[in-house]
Amino acid sequence: MKSPKHPPAAAAPHDPSRRAALHCLSAWGGAALVWSVAGGVPRTLSAATHDPSGKSPVAGFTFIQISDTHIGFHKEANPDTSASLRLATARINAMPQAPALVLHTGDLTHLSKPEEFGQVNELLREIKTSRVHAVPGEHDALDDGLAGYLKAFDHDGKQRAWYSFDQGGVHFVGLSNVLNFKLGTMTSLGDEQLAWLKKDLAGVAHSTPIVVFAHIPLWTVYAPWGWGTADADQALALLKPYGSVTVLNGHVHQVLQKVEGHVALHTAMSLAYPLPTPGQEGIGEPGPVKVPAGELGKRLGTRQLTLVRGKHELALIDTPLERA
Amino acid sequence: MRVAHAFSRRTLARFAVAAAAVALHAAAPAAEAPATAIEIRKFAFVPQEITVAPGTRVTWTNADETPHTVASRDASFKSKALDTGDTFSFTFANAGDFAYFCTLHPFMTGVVHVRADAKAGAGTAP
Repeated sequence: MKSPKHPPAAAAPHDPSRRAALHCLSAWGGAALVWSVAGGVPRTLSAATHDPSGKSPVAGFTFIQISDTHIGFHKEANPDTSASLRLATARINAMPQAPALVLHTGDLTHLSKPEEFGQVNELLREIKTSRVHAVPGEHDALDDGLAGYLKAFDHDGKQRAWYSFDQGGVHFVGLSNVLNFKLGTMTSLGDEQLAWLKKDLAGVAHSTPIVVFAHIPLWTVYAPWGWGTADADQALALLKPYGSVTVLNGHVHQVLQKVEGHVALHTAMSLAYPLPTPGQEGIGEPGPVKVPAGELGKRLGTRQLTLVRGKHELALIDTPLERA
Repeated sequence: MRVAHAFSRRTLARFAVAAAAVALHAAAPAAEAPATAIEIRKFAFVPQEITVAPGTRVTWTNADETPHTVASRDASFKSKALDTGDTFSFTFANAGDFAYFCTLHPFMTGVVHVRADAKAGAGTAP
């Protein structure tokens, strides 16, 4: 399996044993999980120093995903979501080498209030990294659509919630799937965004590792709860020719994954409160799950991702805020 | 607390819900507009389907910890996001069938049937 001479994006044949392992793991969703396909995490390199252009792959390029901070939520399931984000920030800032960047996969706020956007913005600035790149969740798009979100988190000044950038040899694509809700259906990306994605990817070599991040899962996790994106297949079709595609989502407040060819899709833990596992006995709706005191930190967490030389999969480590 | 909608004031809302509940169980006083209440609980509209007379004011109250909205399919009404305890009211002037949903959780759906022959003030399943 090891082929260190190949660049990280080499389209290595898919390993069926790994797929089987992932199926096994995905049955396990909900609990905190440590998963590394690389058999160990390589030493991190500072991408900013070694790759100013962002175009050539950097082995050991490490970044962080956080999700669903729900700043403004104060109820029993987590009376202090700010403290949870602060704790995650402290853990990230204590890493031996600062992560090259941080992705926030949405639901930064709970109710899209201006003061919530202000507060989360301030809290995120305490993370020691080059930049926190966000995409909106549906909680960030209440009442006035994305106007409030874009005031605080307009990535490139274009007043839209989707964008791309290159760093560490990875092409990052942030997508928004939280506006097009229609009665009785799942959300969607929409034609305008899909057209943009096609154009954006046209200039990206198939050997370039791609990381797509969006709030609601880009595969159907559980349709009865709207945990999926109706037109995600169209986006995934555009990503098919690429040798290394990692899709990072939030929304479901738990770790779940799916692998399709060279596309690996992962949802992340929240930093606010857990949600039930689909089909969980005795729970019929995806509302905040109240856990006993001392348990909450084990159900919240962050994710570290590392580009590994010779691998088309990124190495992932999901770490709970507090260990069991 | 959000006060964007005239009917979003929580205290006022509680009173309105209580009043509506009274109206449901006793015959509504003839002088007042008929009213009925729908609760949003466990990601569902309860009751999910009601039949009311024209002119009935329907009030939705969110009992969940998650924000919800109330939006009609034909866009004739749409609430702001309702946090826990927030309410939204709409008066159905004309007869018809009004399908609505939560724009944050579109699998949450409900219907208000407005019928001229429906008993005033009574929100009943058809």
